[in-house]
Amino acid sequence: MIQSLTAEKLTVQRGSRRLVENLSFTVKAGQALSLEGANGAGKTSLLRLIAGLLPAGAGSVTLHEGDTEISEPEERGKYVGWLGHHDALKASFTVSEQLAFFSKLYGREGDEIALLGQVGLSRQAELPCRYLSAGQRRRLALARLLASRRPLWLLDEPFAALDTVGKALVARLIALHCGEGGLVIAATHESLGLSNETLRLGNAVLKL
Amino acid sequence: MFDWLFRYANPARFMGLSGALLPWLWSAALLTLATALYLGFSAPPDYQQGRTVLILFIHVPAAIMATNVYACMVVASLFSLINRHILADVAARTAAPLGAIFTLLALITGSLWGKPMWGTWWVWDGRLTSTLVQFFLYLGYIALWNAIEDETRAARICAVLALVGAVNIPIIKFSVDWWATLHQGESIMSGNLAGPFLVPFLVMMLFYMLLFVCLWLTRIRTLILERRLRSLMGAA
Amino acid sequence: MTPFLALLTRDLRLSVREGGGAVLALGFFALVATLVPLGVGPDLNLLAKMGGGILWVGAALAALLSLDRLFQADYEDGSLDLIALSPLSLEGAAFAKIAAHWLSTGLPLTLLSPILSVFFGLSGSAVIALTMSLAIGTPAVSAVGAIGASLTLSLRRGGLILPLIVLPLLVPAVMFGAGMVLEAQTGLTNGAVGFLAAFSLAASLLSPFVAAQGVRLNLAG
Repeated sequence: MIQSLTAEKLTVQRGSRRLVENLSFTVKAGQALSLEGANGAGKTSLLRLIAGLLPAGAGSVTLHEGDTEISEPEERGKYVGWLGHHDALKASFTVSEQLAFFSKLYGREGDEIALLGQVGLSRQAELPCRYLSAGQRRRLALARLLASRRPLWLLDEPFAALDTVGKALVARLIALHCGEGGLVIAATHESLGLSNETLRLGNAVLKL
Repeated sequence: MFDWLFRYANPARFMGLSGALLPWLWSAALLTLATALYLGFSAPPDYQQGRTVLILFIHVPAAIMATNVYACMVVASLFSLINRHILADVAARTAAPLGAIFTLLALITGSLWGKPMWGTWWVWDGRLTSTLVQFFLYLGYIALWNAIEDETRAARICAVLALVGAVNIPIIKFSVDWWATLHQGESIMSGNLAGPFLVPFLVMMLFYMLLFVCLWLTRIRTLILERRLRSLMGAA
Repeated sequence: MTPFLALLTRDLRLSVREGGGAVLALGFFALVATLVPLGVGPDLNLLAKMGGGILWVGAALAALLSLDRLFQADYEDGSLDLIALSPLSLEGAAFAKIAAHWLSTGLPLTLLSPILSVFFGLSGSAVIALTMSLAIGTPAVSAVGAIGASLTLSLRRGGLILPLIVLPLLVPAVMFGAGMVLEAQTGLTNGAVGFLAAFSLAASLLSPFVAAQGVRLNLAG
C-alpha cells in the first residue's frame, strides 16, 4: 500500500516548452488532489509526468510504500490507475471483451460482471463499443480503472462527457477509493465533491 | 572523458570558436582544392583509362565521405541520446543532407565513369549498390526529421534511426557483396589509384574532408542563429 | 493468462476484425504477383528466373502495408498509455505486437506464396525454398518494421515515411531470401539459409528493445 506521493521541485516540460516550474506537493493515502488551470497550463503533462510517461525536466516524484521509495518512472507507472482523455476502446470489441482484455493485461481476472454493474453497463455487456454513447464509453473506462486495482489514480477530466448521474458516480468512486486508502490526482474544472486539496497550475497557487 | 568537448558544446562558445575558425578552414579547403586539381591534371593519363581516371578523383573521396559523414551523424546521435545536448541534435540533423549530397555525387560520378568504362550508366556492382542503399538511408532519416514537428523529439527519434542504420550498414555491405559475387559480378570499381595518382588523390580526399567540416559548421551555425532569431521573435 | 498473451491475442483478434489487415496484405501480395507477369510478359522461363525475387519483394511490401498501424492505432485512442502502465514492460509489449503481426501477416503470406509461385512457373524445389525462406525471413520484416512503426507512431503521414525508413534496412533479408530460391534453382550452395536465419533471429531479438525505446520517446512527446 502506498502511504504518500511527494513531488519535489518539478519542472514539467513538453518538447522544448516549459509548462510548470519548481512545483512541490504531497498527497497522502486517502487524499484526493485536484489540478486546476487553464487549457495548456500543463495539467495533462503533469499527470503524464507523475505516471512516468513523461520525463521530468527537473525534480522528482516519489512514492512511499513502507520503507521503500519508488521514484524510477517506469516502476512508478506500475502503481498507476490511468483514466486519460481518450477512452482507449476498440470499435469492434464488445464491452465485456474490452474489459476482460485490460483485466488480463493488468494481471487481474474475474469480476468483470460485477464491475460493469458498478458503472451501470450490465445491459451493454455484449454490445460492440462502436455503439456506445460518449457517456457509456466513459463509464467503461471507469470500469477499467477499477479493474486495474491500482493505488494511485490519475484522472484526466474524469467528469467529461458524463451526465449528472455519471458525475455523481465518479465522485462516489473517488470517495470510495480514498476511503480504501487510495490516492487520487485529478485534472478537472469541477469539484471532486470531497474536502480535497486543489493545486492550481499556471499561477502557481497551492490551496490547502 | 568528454569534458573538453562539453566546454565547447555551449552554443555561445561554439559560435565564437567556429566563427573564428571558419575563414581559415575555408581558405585551407580552397588551397587543397587548387593543389589537388593541379596535381591531378599534371599527372600522366592512365594507360588504360586515359583522362577519365580524373573522375575517380571526384568519385572515390565522395564515396568515402558517404560513409564518413554517416559516422559523424551516428556519433552526434549518440551524444544527442545520452547527453541530450542541443548542439548534438543540430549536428546530427545538419550532417544528413551533406552526407546525402556526397552520396549522390558518388553515384553520379560513378555512373559518369562507368559509361566509358563499361558502356552502361549503371552496373549492379557491390560498391555502387551499397552506396545506393546508403543514399536511401539518408533520405529516410531526412524525411523522418522533417515529418516530426517538435525539434527535441525529432532529434531523439531520428537518433534512434541513425543508430539502427549504423548497426545495419555493415550487414547491408556484407549482404550486397555476397549478392554481387552470387551473380558473378566482379568488383570492377576497384579503381586502381596507386603510383602517380596516389598523392593527388590524398590531397583531394583532404579537400573533401575540409569542405565537409566547413559546410557542416556553417549549417550548424545557421540553425543556431535561426533558433535565436525565433526566440527573439517571441517563440515559446 | 499472462499480460503478454493477453496483448498478443487482442492484436490477433483486431487484425481479423478491424481493417482486416491480414486479408488486405494477402490481396496486395496476390496483385503484385499478377501485375508483374502482366508487365513483363508471359515468358515462363524469364518469370521463373525472377519469381523468387519478385515474390520476396511483394511479400515484404505487403507486410509493411499494415505495419504503420502497429503502434499508431493504440497511440491515437489512448490504449498505448494503458499498455505502457501495465505490468508488461514496453519491450514485452513490442515483442507481443511483433509476434501478433507476424502471425496475422507474415505467416499467411508465407502460406500463400506456393500458390502464387505457380504464376511464375517455379520448380518444385524452388517453391519449397521460397516458402521456407519466407517462413524464416518474414519475422525479420515484422521486427524491423516494428522499429519503423515505433518511430513514426505519432506522425499523421507515418504510413508514407515508414517504407522509406524500413525498406533500406530490409535489403539483406530480401537478398538472402531470394538467394535461397536461387540456390534451389542453380544447385550451387551459397549459404543464404544461414545468413537469413541469423539476420531474422538477430532482428527479432533486438528490435523489441529498439521499438520500446521509440514508443517511450513518442509517449514522452
